[in-house]
Amino acid sequence: MSSIGTGYDLSVTTFSPDGRVFQIEYAAKAVDNSGTVIGIKCKDGIVMGVEKLIASKMMLPGSNRRIHSVHRHSGMAVAGLAADGRQIVARAKSEATNYESVYGEPIPVKELADRVASYVHLCTLYWWLRPFGCGVILGGYDRDGPQLYMVEPSGVSYRYFGAAIGKGRQAAKTIYGVHDEAKDKDFELEMSWVCDESNRQHQKVPDELLQEAKAAAKAALEEMDAD
Amino acid sequence: MDLKEVNLSAPHSMGTTIIGVTYNGGVVLGADSRTSTGVYVANRASDKITQLTDNVYVCRSGSAADSQIVSDYVRYFLHQHTIQLGQPATVKVAANLVRLIAYNNKNMLQTGLIVGGWDKYEGGKIYGIPLGGTIIEQPFAIGGSGSSYLYGFFDQAWKEGMTKDEAEQLVVKAVSLAIARDGASGGVVRTVIINSEGVTRNFYPGDKLPLWHEELEPQNSLLDILNTSSPEPMNI
Repeated sequence: MSSIGTGYDLSVTTFSPDGRVFQIEYAAKAVDNSGTVIGIKCKDGIVMGVEKLIASKMMLPGSNRRIHSVHRHSGMAVAGLAADGRQIVARAKSEATNYESVYGEPIPVKELADRVASYVHLCTLYWWLRPFGCGVILGGYDRDGPQLYMVEPSGVSYRYFGAAIGKGRQAAKTIYGVHDEAKDKDFELEMSWVCDESNRQHQKVPDELLQEAKAAAKAALEEMDAD
Repeated sequence: MDLKEVNLSAPHSMGTTIIGVTYNGGVVLGADSRTSTGVYVANRASDKITQLTDNVYVCRSGSAADSQIVSDYVRYFLHQHTIQLGQPATVKVAANLVRLIAYNNKNMLQTGLIVGGWDKYEGGKIYGIPLGGTIIEQPFAIGGSGSSYLYGFFDQAWKEGMTKDEAEQLVVKAVSLAIARDGASGGVVRTVIINSEGVTRNFYPGDKLPLWHEELEPQNSLLDILNTSSPEPMNI
C-alpha cells in the first residue's frame, strides 16, 4: 500500500524527500472511498451516473443530490466529501455566470474545467487551507461538441472519453459490474445527461429511460452470473 | 461663416461614414477618412477601421479619442482571452466586450462602433454598437453622421447572399454617396474584407470613386444653360 509519510504529511505546504505532497494523496483517498461516479462521452452527448450508497433506510429517495447542473449546457457529478463538493459546484456556477456576463457566450467546457481545476489547485498552495476531499466529473456540450473532464483533488484536470472515480473505478474501467453486493449496502442510482436529445441542456435522465436502462443492466448482470 | 468665432481647438471628432456588410462567406467593412476639429480637417487620410484581433475589426465613429481608447481596451482583453481560450476569439465575444465598455461608460463616451469579423463557428458577422451601448447583430450596419443619407439607399440596394465583389462595390458606392452629401465625411474610402482566407485591405482615392450628379460642367452663359437638355436621372 502507500508509505506512511511520517513527519512530511502534516501540512499541504510540505514536500516529502521523494517529492510527494502527502496531504494531497490523503485527500485523494477520501475520493477513492466514496461511491462510484462514472462519466461517458458519446458522439452526441455525455452521460453521468452516481452510485449513491444509502446510509440509512430513513433517508428519502432522491435526496442527497450528487449531480448538479453548473450551467444550461453542463453538469458536475461529485465523489468524496459531499460538503466540499458543494463548494466546488458553487464556484463552478459562479465562474460560468461570470464568464457569460463578460464574454456574452456560454462558457466553453474546456475553460470551465480549467477554472475549476485552478480553484481546486489553489487550495493546495496555502497552509491555512486544506485540499478539497472530492473529485469531480464535469460533462458539457458546447459549440465544440460534447466534452468530459475530470478534476482531482490535486487540481489536475484531464479530458476523457470515459472516466470513473470512487470505490468501483477499477471495475468500471474494465466494464464489469461496479457495485459490490457483499461489501456495500443498497444504493440508489442517479443519472444525468446532456446530448442532442436533451436539446443540449444538462438534465436528469428521464425516468422511463432510467428504468429501461436499469432493467437492461440487471438482465445483463444475470446473464453474466449465469455463465 | 464668421472666422473669428470658429473653434480651431475643438476635440477631434470623426464626423464619419462607417459601414459593415455581411456577404456570402464573410464581411466587408468600409469607412471614409476625414477627422475634423470643428471645421478644420485635422486628418484627411485617417484609418477608421481598426484591428481588434486577426479576424475581427471595428469601424470607429464619433469622438476620435473615445473610440481609440475603447478599441485599445478591447484589443487588450481580447488578446488575453485568445491566449486563455487557445483559439481565436469569436466576433460575438469581441462585440460583447466593446458594448460592455460602451454601456458602462455611457455618460463619458461619445462613440458609435461597428464590429465585424469572421470566425469558424458563425462565419461572417456584423454587430452595430451605437451611442448608448446597445448591441445589435445585423446583416449590415451603417453609422456616423454620413449614414443619415444612406438609409434609403440601403433599403433599396441591399440584398442577401451577395458575392465578395458585389459587397465591396456596394460599400464603396455607399461611402462615396455619403461623402458627397455629408460635410463631416470626406477624403478616401478604405475597405477591409474579412473571410475564412484572411483579411484584405483596400484603398480608393478620390479619382477612383464614382461621380454623382452634383458634379456639373461649369456654365458660363445663361443662353447655354437654357439651351442644354435636362441631365440624365441618376441610375442605381
